[in-house]
This record gives sequence, structure tokens and C-alpha cells, in this order.
Amino acid sequence: MRLPWWKRQQARELEEELQSHLAMAARDREERGAAPKVAQAEARREFGNLLLVSETTRDMWGWAWLERFTQDLRYGARMLQRSPGFALVAVLTLALGIGINTALFSVVNGVLLSPLPYPHPEQLVSMFESKPHFQKGSFSYVNLLDFQQQNRTLAAIAAYRPAGFTLTGNGEAEQLQAQMVSAGLFSLLGIQPVAGRLFTPEEDRLGTTPAVILSTELWKRKFGAAPEVIGKSITLDGSSYLVVGVLPGELQLYIQNFRKTNDVYVLMGQFADPHFRDRNASWGTDAIARLKPGVSVEQARADLNGIARKLGADYPEVNKGIGITMLPLKEEMVGDVRPLLLVLLGAVGFVLLIACGNVANLLLARSTTRAREFAIRSALGASPLRVIRQLLTETLLLAAIAGAAGLLLAAWGTQAALGLLPASIPRASHVGLDLQVLGFTLGITVLAAVVFGLAPAIKTARPDLHQELKEGGRGGSGARHRAQAAFVIMEMALALVLLAGAGLMIRTLAELWRINPGFDAHNLVLLGLGLPPGMAHATPAALRSSLRQAEQAIAGTPGIQAASLSWGSTPMRGDDEDEFWLEGQPKPASINEMNWSLIYVVQPAYFQVMKVPLLRGRLLTAEDNEHATPVALIDEDLARRSFPHSDPLGKHMHFNSLGKTVEIVGVVGHVKQFGLDADARALQEQTYLAMMQTPDDQMAGNTEADVVVRTALPAVAAEDAIRRSLQQLNRDYVIFGGESMNAIIGKGLAARRFSMILLAMFAGLALLLAAIGIYGVISYVVAQRQREIGIRIALGARRGQVFDLMLRQGARMALAGLAIGMAAAFGLTRLMTSMLYGVKPTDAPTFAVAACLLCAIALAACCIPARRATRVDPMVALRCE
Amino acid sequence: MGKRYQNRIELLQGTLDMLILQTLQWGPQHGYGISQAIRLGSGEVLQVETGSLYPALHRLEREGWIQSEWKLSDNNQRVKEYRLTAIGRKQLASERSRWEMLTQAIAGVLKTAGD
Repeated sequence: MRLPWWKRQQARELEEELQSHLAMAARDREERGAAPKVAQAEARREFGNLLLVSETTRDMWGWAWLERFTQDLRYGARMLQRSPGFALVAVLTLALGIGINTALFSVVNGVLLSPLPYPHPEQLVSMFESKPHFQKGSFSYVNLLDFQQQNRTLAAIAAYRPAGFTLTGNGEAEQLQAQMVSAGLFSLLGIQPVAGRLFTPEEDRLGTTPAVILSTELWKRKFGAAPEVIGKSITLDGSSYLVVGVLPGELQLYIQNFRKTNDVYVLMGQFADPHFRDRNASWGTDAIARLKPGVSVEQARADLNGIARKLGADYPEVNKGIGITMLPLKEEMVGDVRPLLLVLLGAVGFVLLIACGNVANLLLARSTTRAREFAIRSALGASPLRVIRQLLTETLLLAAIAGAAGLLLAAWGTQAALGLLPASIPRASHVGLDLQVLGFTLGITVLAAVVFGLAPAIKTARPDLHQELKEGGRGGSGARHRAQAAFVIMEMALALVLLAGAGLMIRTLAELWRINPGFDAHNLVLLGLGLPPGMAHATPAALRSSLRQAEQAIAGTPGIQAASLSWGSTPMRGDDEDEFWLEGQPKPASINEMNWSLIYVVQPAYFQVMKVPLLRGRLLTAEDNEHATPVALIDEDLARRSFPHSDPLGKHMHFNSLGKTVEIVGVVGHVKQFGLDADARALQEQTYLAMMQTPDDQMAGNTEADVVVRTALPAVAAEDAIRRSLQQLNRDYVIFGGESMNAIIGKGLAARRFSMILLAMFAGLALLLAAIGIYGVISYVVAQRQREIGIRIALGARRGQVFDLMLRQGARMALAGLAIGMAAAFGLTRLMTSMLYGVKPTDAPTFAVAACLLCAIALAACCIPARRATRVDPMVALRCE
Repeated sequence: MGKRYQNRIELLQGTLDMLILQTLQWGPQHGYGISQAIRLGSGEVLQVETGSLYPALHRLEREGWIQSEWKLSDNNQRVKEYRLTAIGRKQLASERSRWEMLTQAIAGVLKTAGD
């Protein structure tokens, strides 16, 4: 027993002290007349167990626990070295469990737990103007200014909306991703410019010099990161903007209507556009606010809702019924992915538990062979507590090695998970191994060691001494076998829950892919078109002609079968709506009492491109132009709701904001505007208007359009081909953002696909581990009962009977696990409700398939050792004795 | 290890401490001497087990109630002697008074119970 140097002197002195005691006791006896040998023997007997006395005494010195711990550790390491096979299997199993838990926790930590990278992030809230039809509606800019001035609870409010500009005068014309913002947005978030300055509030109004802030990326790409560009002007959409500053790369605002990467930022207040001056217009404008210190979200919400009520009373025709939706900024960013990540974290927790179950069973099986060792230690005076401590130290050592291996696995696994992570999971850039993650790994490692180590330790520490010593380590298997069976049943139950969860996700994805979006998504590419900047101030007639030319050039591009320009909504991508009332009805007093419809402003070819079916009447034609009566097509939803008992054809609709009256000439099929799993509560009625019939006053300044094309070309190739043919027309046309519809739909399903893949992976892993678990236990039973089987065979049992006997053992465990797992799955899959589509969380077929699969795998795993049992040679089995 | 002894120490905890301190009041003594003194002093009734005695001595030393010193015995053997310290004396006084309270209380209970 090696002691640290500072203890050795003390130990020597104790030894001497006890020896002197013995010597004195012996001499006393000699003086009383005993023979020297007898005296010494008697003194020893009276003294008792010398080692034990010295160890109990040493306990009084303090550091004894540490000493014993290192001693146990060394002993444990020796034991592991002696059975490398066991150590390898146990470490690998645990490392797998710990690794995936660490990897997933690092995602949860980065996305859900870590604070937003802004000063006092708890004061930041996301704000929306709620309307009767939209809980998270956009702000009208004029209303927003009123909220800004009248509130008493906010330190600052800032609005933002996405925009696009064409940059000219710096090489080839280029479409820039832009964000229109309030001057205070960046200071509210605590973002500092990397060069120049931020916007000032004085700049954020009409009539000031247009100002622009560049992103670092654009600054480097277009201007070589030259500081001189600050104070110079650049040309956006044909107007001159003064560059005032440069912002850092990613602002890490993962919210709707704020792009992940922007090229430029401009001031919302500098635009005279009616979109910002009309109290009725809300143009994708959302807001962020910072609460005053000490103000709660509830207080601020109440304050702003008070202002909303006042605005509703002051401007009833546009503001009646508006309110404020306010929630913490982080909630707005990650609220949607929380259930998904927590379900996945739960799933990997299950995998770890199953891994622990397997290692516990390995330990239990091993304890059979070690029973004699511990019986001897107990006989020599080791207390059960001491043995448990020894065994727990061993398992802790095992877990520590597994934890380290798991951490390596996680470092790699996290990278893999990030590759799989859909772009729709916000804050992925925050994911990494940090102190919290290391702490978590340490925690689950210790926890795992206790979970898988305690039961075997207790079982081992309380052996029936006589029995063990007498039987030479073969007996006493009943209790151990029961414990092993309990672990296997737990594993089966957990695996079933995971299988059911994975099955539900697979069914959800299958359901979603089966959904008809209302148009043909294959060979469909969406792009953005920017007319030459000179068109910004062109007449409506010139604009129409430019748009027509562009569409012709696009449609005539080799490889493009059909093309249509469009404004307003684009399925799966962006929505625009207007309110209307029907001919013959009085105009409602407030817009919130009017009907709403999604608006698609399209060219006649749109329906050939999208393949939206015509149900009644006719489609748009080239004759539906600026000189003809304005017409519209409606979808079947609008037809059903607004014309339940009459024929919509020939009826008229009055559109409020567009300020025009149109005649309905056709009814077309409904399109899934908001994605395949579209929220049924979102606005569903749809109206198609003819682009060329847009009133003159609304044509002005519309120098951008969406383009839908039908083509077999990949999106990038289609974009390049179209760019070439457009530039033959005029080199200032800009074509950008080409993306295939299938890719867009795929992105919408990415979060679900991600969780399906991971859940299926975890379920597969769980199934594998559980199969190994049940295989191990049946193998153990076969080994233990070899003699009994030998006797049975010797007495004439048929091999088939032996096989059945062994298989029945496995079946009993599998069925018990199934029953428990079913009950657990019924309770737990409910947590997945928000991730599912078209399938109930307790879908019976899914559960049945999961149960059958688990049963089949479990029985297959039992067959191998069961077959081994049938090959037991009775002579060999009996001779073992 | 040593559950067997730990139980006894618990049983005798305060009492054994008091007996050791009391023994050392008459002068420095080594472990064997202390066990003999207690045995003889109690008329052979109290046998102090070494498994209780030495842990107790080392614990009392850590508490600072006794101090140890290596001496040469009469027949030239190195022995470790323990000596009462000033706080040890105070500790002994307080343990004695607690002990007396306890025995009086128990005697009182036994007397009423006996009536």
C-alpha cells in the first residue's frame, strides 16, 4: 500500500507506536510469569487485528478518503486492465451515449440557453401590431411613430423591414440585400460600427441627405475595405446615398423580416413612399424594443395596448381592433425550435439510459465471476459500504474514460450535427463546446456511473458469504438474473418510446410530401428581377413596356419553357394581402371589418408556369391589359366563403388599398401559400390580378418583380441563362436569388426532416443497444443453466424444447418491456404534438409497427444464444462439475 | 473497513475521551499505559480495545486536547507519550460536569421508576 510522502513518516510512527504497545503488553505478561512465546501470542490476541487498528486510526488523520480513493482507483485500473474486452465494450457503449448527449446538449445550450449577444438581453422584446386576422401583423409606420412617442415603458423602439436595391456605378449592376431600419436599431442592440458611425435620429426623416451603412462583407467586396469610402456616395436604385458607416458581419438577429445577411442598411424615415406615410399600409414592418430598466414585459404590453386602443378610437377606419403582441426577443427567435430540441434531448437521454443498462448488465454478469473475490474481502473485514465504494470507484473510472471518449465523439458529432442543422434553426453559430457543455458532460458522466454502477455494486457487496465460498462463485445467480432482466425490460421500454417517436416523424414527413401544394412544384424556379435603375422615374407606360420586354426575354431564353412576372404574394415565399368588399354591399366602416385576401399580381403565363388548375370561367389573357376592364381570378376558398350560394363569375370586388374594382372572370384551385404544413388559421382566400392592369399611380417606382419560370434546368443554370439573355436587352437588368421551388419546400420541411433523421438515428441506436442487452442476458442465462440444460438433454428433452425454453425467457422480457414502453410512449409522444402533421401522437399503426419491430429484433437477438443452448453437450456440461 | 470498531467508538464516544483525558491528568502516559490505567482504575470492568483507543488518541491530538512526544522508556524502548494540554483540561472539566448531570439524571429516573 503506497502512501504519499507526507504520510509515510506518520505511518511509520503509528506502526512503531502500536509495536511498542505490543512489546509492553508482552513484557507485562512475561513479568507475571508467562513464557515469552505465549506472552507474545496472548498480547497479539488481546490487541486484535493490527492492520485494522492502524487503518481505523489513520482515518482520524483527515485525508483518508483521498488516500483510499487513489487506492481504489489503482485497484480499479488493474481490474480493467485484466479484462480489456469488457472494458472496451463498456467504454464504447458509454462513450456513444455520453457523446451524443454532449453533442445535442451543446446545440441546446447554444440555441436555447446561451444569452443573446447584446447588452442586457433580458430587456429586449419583439413587437408586432396585432389585428383581428393576424396575431403577429406588421406595423403601419405612422402608427409605429405614435407608439414610439407616446409610450412610457420603453427605452427605445426600432422598426425594420427587408428591402432590395440595385447598386450601379461600381462595376456590374448588382442586386443588394437591404434592410430599412429606424435610426435607433443598432444603438438599441448595442451594436458598434467597425468604421464610420451609426445613423443619427435627425437623419431618420424626410428631406435629409439619404444615408447608407454598409455591411463588412460588401465593404470588403466592392470597396476593398477602404476607409475613404465613408463620406463618399454610392448609387442605389438610381439615387445617391452617403456612406456613413460600416457594420460588423452578422448581427445575429434571427427574426422574421430581418435577413441573416444584408449588404446595406438604409433609414426607413427617409422614404416618401406611401407605404410609409399611409396609416393603413403595413409593409412587412416589425419592431424591436428595449424595456426601461425594471419594467416587465407585462407592464410594457399593457402600456402599449393602451396606446393601441387610443389609436383605434382616433382612426377607427384603419386602426379599429389593433393591439400589440410583445414577447421576449429570444422567445421570438428560438420559441419555435424549443419543443423540437427538447424532444431530441430527451431522446438522447433515453439512449444514454439504455447504454447504462447494458453496462450495468455487463457488470452484473462480471460480478458473478468476482463474487469470490469480494466474499474473501468481506471475510477479511471489509464492510459492505467499503466494497460498494470500491466498486463505484471502478465504475467511475470506467465512466471517466468513456466521458473523455464521449467528449471527443461530441466534438466531432457537433460538427456533423451542424452540417445537418437546417438553416431554419436559429443561432446555430453559437453552438460549440464551452464550459457549460463540459460541465454537462461531467455531470452526466458521474450520473451514468452511479446509475449503472450502484445496482451491481449493491448486489455484489451483499453476497451470502458461506454460499459463495462454498460454491466457488457459481451460485447465487437468481437475484442477479432478476436485476439483469429488470435492466433489459427498461431498455426495451425506452427503445419502444424512441421507435414510436421516430415512426411518428417518418409518418409526418410522408404525410407532408403527399400533400398537393396546389401547383406543380417540379421544374419550377423562382427568381428576382430588377429593372434598370433609370426606370425608377419612368412613366407607367414605359414601365409596362420594360416589364413586358423583360418577360419576353426571359421566356425566350433557351431551356425556359414558360415564364411570368409577378408582384404581391409568391407561394411558399412571401405574402401580400389586401382588404375588399363585394359589389352591392355597403363599404364597411373600418378595414378590419372588411374581408381579406392574399393578392397575386401576375401575367397570363403565370398559370401555365405554376400549373394552377382552372375550375370555372377563364384564365387571364394578353387582352386583359391596361386598356381593358380590370379582371380578377379567385381561388376556390374565396369562392366558397364569399359566394356560398351564388355564382362568383361576373361579380365585382372592391379592393380597398389597391383602390380598384375588378370583375371576377374565373375560379382557380387553392394554393398552399404558407408551406405544406400551412397553419390553417392563416389567411387562405386568394385573388389573382392582372399585372398590366395595375393603376398608373401604383405602377410608379415598381422596378422590381418576382419571376416564376418552368424549366428543367437547375436554379443556378436557369439564372445564368436568363441573365445572359436579359443583358443582351440592356446590361443594367439585374436577375438574382434563383431558387427551385422544391428547394424552398424542402427548407420549409427542414426542421422536421432534421428531427426525423436524428430521431430515427437515435431509435436505431437504442434498438441496437437493447438487442445487445437482451442478447447478453440470454447468453448469461444459457451459460448459467448449462448444467441444467445438459441434464434435461441427457434425460431426453428435445433440442427444440430447449430452444423454446430459452426463447421464452427472452420473449417474456421483451413483452414486459413492450407493455411498459407502450404506456410510456402514450404519455410521452404527446410532447411531440407541435412537430407532427397529419398523424395523432398516439397513432395506433405507428405504435403497432414499432412494437412488432422491437419484438422481432429482440427475438432475433435471443435466437443466437438459444441455439447455443441446444448444442450443449450433456457429457461436457455434466463433466464441468 | 472497521465497522466493528466504529460501533464501539460511537458507543463510548464521549466517555472514552473523558476517561483518556482523566487518566492523563496524573501525568504523561503512552497508549498501553492509558489502557492499563483505565482497566485497573475500573477494577478490570472496562477493557479499552486498541481499535478504539488509538483512533481516539489521534483524534484528541488533532483536536488539540492532548500532545504527543517520543520518549525513551525505562528499558530503552522508544514510546509515544501523550500529555494533557490547557484546552484539554478545560474540555475535561466540561465533560465531567456533563457526565455528572447525566448520571444524576439517570439515577433520578431509576429511583422514581424503582418506587
